[in-house]
Amino acid sequence: MKLRELAHSRTGDKGNISNISVIAHDPAQYPILEKYVTAAVVKEFFAEIVKGDVIRYTLPAIGALNFVLYSALGGGVTRTLSLDAHGKGLSSALMNLEIPLEE
Amino acid sequence: MATIRIGSGAGYSGDRIEPAVELVEKGNIQYLIFECLAERTIAIAQQAKMKDPNAGYDGLLAQRMEAVLPGCKEKGIKIITNMGAANPIAGAQKIKEIAQQLGISDLKIAAVTGDDVVDVVRDGDYTILETGEHLSTIKDNIVSANAYLGTKPIVEALRGGADVIITGRVADPALFMAPLLFEFNWSEEDWDIMGQGTVIGHLLECAGQITGGYFADPGYKDVQGLARLGFPIAQVQEDGTFVITKVPGSGGKVTLATCKEQLLYEIHNPAAYITPDVVADFTGVQFTQIGENEIQVTGGKGQAKTEFLKASIGYVDSYMGEGQISYAGPGAVKRGKLALEIVEERLKLMGVSYQELKLDLIGINSLHGANLSETEHEPYEVRARVTGRTQSMKEAVRIGNEVETLYTNGPAGGGGATKSAKQVVAMVSALVPRSLINYKLHYEVI
Repeated sequence: MKLRELAHSRTGDKGNISNISVIAHDPAQYPILEKYVTAAVVKEFFAEIVKGDVIRYTLPAIGALNFVLYSALGGGVTRTLSLDAHGKGLSSALMNLEIPLEE
Repeated sequence: MATIRIGSGAGYSGDRIEPAVELVEKGNIQYLIFECLAERTIAIAQQAKMKDPNAGYDGLLAQRMEAVLPGCKEKGIKIITNMGAANPIAGAQKIKEIAQQLGISDLKIAAVTGDDVVDVVRDGDYTILETGEHLSTIKDNIVSANAYLGTKPIVEALRGGADVIITGRVADPALFMAPLLFEFNWSEEDWDIMGQGTVIGHLLECAGQITGGYFADPGYKDVQGLARLGFPIAQVQEDGTFVITKVPGSGGKVTLATCKEQLLYEIHNPAAYITPDVVADFTGVQFTQIGENEIQVTGGKGQAKTEFLKASIGYVDSYMGEGQISYAGPGAVKRGKLALEIVEERLKLMGVSYQELKLDLIGINSLHGANLSETEHEPYEVRARVTGRTQSMKEAVRIGNEVETLYTNGPAGGGGATKSAKQVVAMVSALVPRSLINYKLHYEVI
């Protein structure tokens, strides 16, 4: 199952750091996100793009995870050569993450 | 006063104009806030001010003020904005001029200055937060340095009777919190109420991003009426409990999902969101739907503010040149790849030096690289894009030129070439002791 079926997401940027929220459509499914969408999984997923660490923060009160991706924006929003300087589309990319659950 | 209604009239400098007019006319608000100052905007504005001492404020200031000032004056709505950018005093004078042209009298405009810390930063060799290097490494290239001020100068201006307050660099949430401190007399050392106030400001500061903008994903997250998106209103009680809503009948929607996405937008550690006024904790925030397009928000907390203010420093980093050209039909991808190879070889042959070069095929790999973009379908059209970082404008221009010459020298059927070259003003940040930063208020009165 794709992460898109379980969660929605938004990307934010500060300098060369991106943050990506992963929010359960149904808060009851939050434990699935917490179990499968780990910092290591997200770092591996973005291996080609993110050069630094990935840190995960949990917000069970709203059924959400927050990932902070260091060295993720090609040197920073104000100097990157990337077409999407802010990395706005990274959250959409993550929606393709495969979660090992049956549909 | 039982509740205060605050409207968010812009989420960035180029934002739509008329949603703010709708808030003035139909929002039943007491305060209208325009957050228009992105990270780099102030550095570019500083460069404009160096050329012309009367420039350096937001380019849309006049247009926005012309649109909302008459209605705000009539209804007694106060305006707070960071559209002063690098020159809040010139911005205040411009607002005065516009008000006079509109026949408005009895208006007090306050300009907040003191965020400019170029001298402080040049005198002390602070550490660049992003790289760990010393600021002396970019000293000669610095064009601007601005500390993030907090609520204090804005609250003082409100106590001074200002109807319109224009600032330079101020922490975005402070623009929204200041009227609450003023109206409810909140203690600026009640860290929990300051934390909750930060939640209010944070949720409102990107305007349409909480009312359904930056959210729609057809079939998964549908939003109606994005072409006439309503901007948000926070209806705040004295204890800090508030409801996010919008003008009835406007486009978009306010739901638990839109609020959750915006709560985490540009947040790192949600338990320690550092602002000039408080270290806010968002982890206990609760959203409750209390009506259609009405979400109640509680649970923001905080801890004591730090001894430092963050300063954002703009410097001339490099130059950037870019060119693009499109290919379509059978073999489009191969022709696009060939185009990129030719440009790379040309830059070598012609001795154009660059520090970094990026070769993209838009439609294939330009956003997320080859692996994440992999698909078995070959697109009908692609657009080749070459971007390079150089040390001179002259070399940056040559990158775009080498893409454009593909018209007559490159693969078959290349069309729609575009090129550009620009100076890159990049931003870094540093922590500066609060004690070195003093704000000032300047009033213009009609």
